[in-house]
Amino acid sequence: MKTLFLTISLFFACSLLNAQDDLMDLLESETEETTDYTIATFKSIRLVNGHTIETPAHGVMQMLISHRFGRINGGLYELFGLDQANIRVGLSYGVTDWLTIGVGRSNVFKTYDGYAKAKLLRQSTGKRVMPFSVTAVAGIAANSLRFQDTTRENFFSSRLDYYYQILIARKFSERLSIQVMPTMVHQNLVATRDIQNDLYAVGIGGRYKLTKGVSLNAEYYYRLTEQVAPNTTNSFAIGFDIETGGHVFQLMFANSRNMTDNLFLTETTGKWDNGDIHFGFAISRVFTVHRPK
Amino acid sequence: MKKSIILFSMIALMSVSLQAQKYFTRTGTLTFFSETPAENIEATNNQTTSFLDISTGDMVFAVLMKGFQFEKALMQEHFNEKYVESDKFPKAQFKGKITNLDEIDFSKDGKYTAKVKGQLTIHGVTQEVMTEGTIEVKDGLILANAEFPLAVADYDIKIPKLVEDNIAKELKVTAVMKYEEYKK
Repeated sequence: MKTLFLTISLFFACSLLNAQDDLMDLLESETEETTDYTIATFKSIRLVNGHTIETPAHGVMQMLISHRFGRINGGLYELFGLDQANIRVGLSYGVTDWLTIGVGRSNVFKTYDGYAKAKLLRQSTGKRVMPFSVTAVAGIAANSLRFQDTTRENFFSSRLDYYYQILIARKFSERLSIQVMPTMVHQNLVATRDIQNDLYAVGIGGRYKLTKGVSLNAEYYYRLTEQVAPNTTNSFAIGFDIETGGHVFQLMFANSRNMTDNLFLTETTGKWDNGDIHFGFAISRVFTVHRPK
Repeated sequence: MKKSIILFSMIALMSVSLQAQKYFTRTGTLTFFSETPAENIEATNNQTTSFLDISTGDMVFAVLMKGFQFEKALMQEHFNEKYVESDKFPKAQFKGKITNLDEIDFSKDGKYTAKVKGQLTIHGVTQEVMTEGTIEVKDGLILANAEFPLAVADYDIKIPKLVEDNIAKELKVTAVMKYEEYKK
């Protein structure tokens, strides 16, 4: 009798001790599984030259000011390229969380460019598992230099280039994200008959976070089309992202002086082993223009 | 023998009554507020789940860190990615107890002061916390409110020097829960 009473009171005491844990277990069983979307696969909307899967959030305007200097092998006379600077100013706006439109102006060929970028899939775990994020990009660029030969008939359409990309990325870990970029560029006008108007390329790039605020990025575009403009090379660039609150600073080394997608894919002439390397930097700043409810 | 039967039935009855005395919500609101001369930051989570056992005074809360909504999307990203490291520590939770249960009459509508003590876990770090809140019993519902300070450094959350002036060392946390009787 006594032992029974003891057992019961002991049992009761134990259940009291565990009551909060039991309650927590009950809470967990009552919690529905949610989808955990991967965030911050990349810090910026640009990996180095090209796009990343990232887009500004709904209502956010991002300003990106990019600079690219001359070639480092220009030596001291050119102050290692700093005497020549190219610039692109870009604005992009998150129409929704998954759709962005952007415009830009670069001094190289006085190019105006515009693009639309749509997030199609988001990497996630939990209730809905998706191993990759996929973003599609469609862009257009217009060379606005004055026509050199005004005696012949010139067409505005000859100044237009188009580019299309599917960006497939996976954030493998806190530090490592890899992105593959099948790309197509169509140029309405090319220099000679031997050059194809359509250029196909596959890019691969990634980032590795060195610290919480700094990441190392690299990006290479391999061109699959053989008939390309002579003396042009594949674009390769490495850079660092340095994040400071609302700004991201990007420092980079690239074999291209161009910052618009159609141009660094078709007009890159630098060779890394020659030291034809352009130093550059970009600053991005976000502004919350509209606060979605 | 008779005694033990009585005891058994008493315990059985008690556990049944214990079952019926749980209150639950999955739409509790947790808000934290950071006030500095540079800027004010507020984040809200409307999906706080919580149980309150009125027979024992036990209270548990759980919340997904990624569920906190900020005014600015970038702040939300930095909060999850850099400060609370939501991928590593997806949840914050609280396990505690109302310590002045005898002063609260859950069977009668009214407003009472509740003292709560327990362990709060954020960013993988558990701290003993104590606070005072109010409990309002009304039409079979229990409304619980509490406000307490939270020192960021206590939970090993590192704020970079660069944004040190923008984020308060001590946040103001507000909890608003509307419990309904848990039936199962």
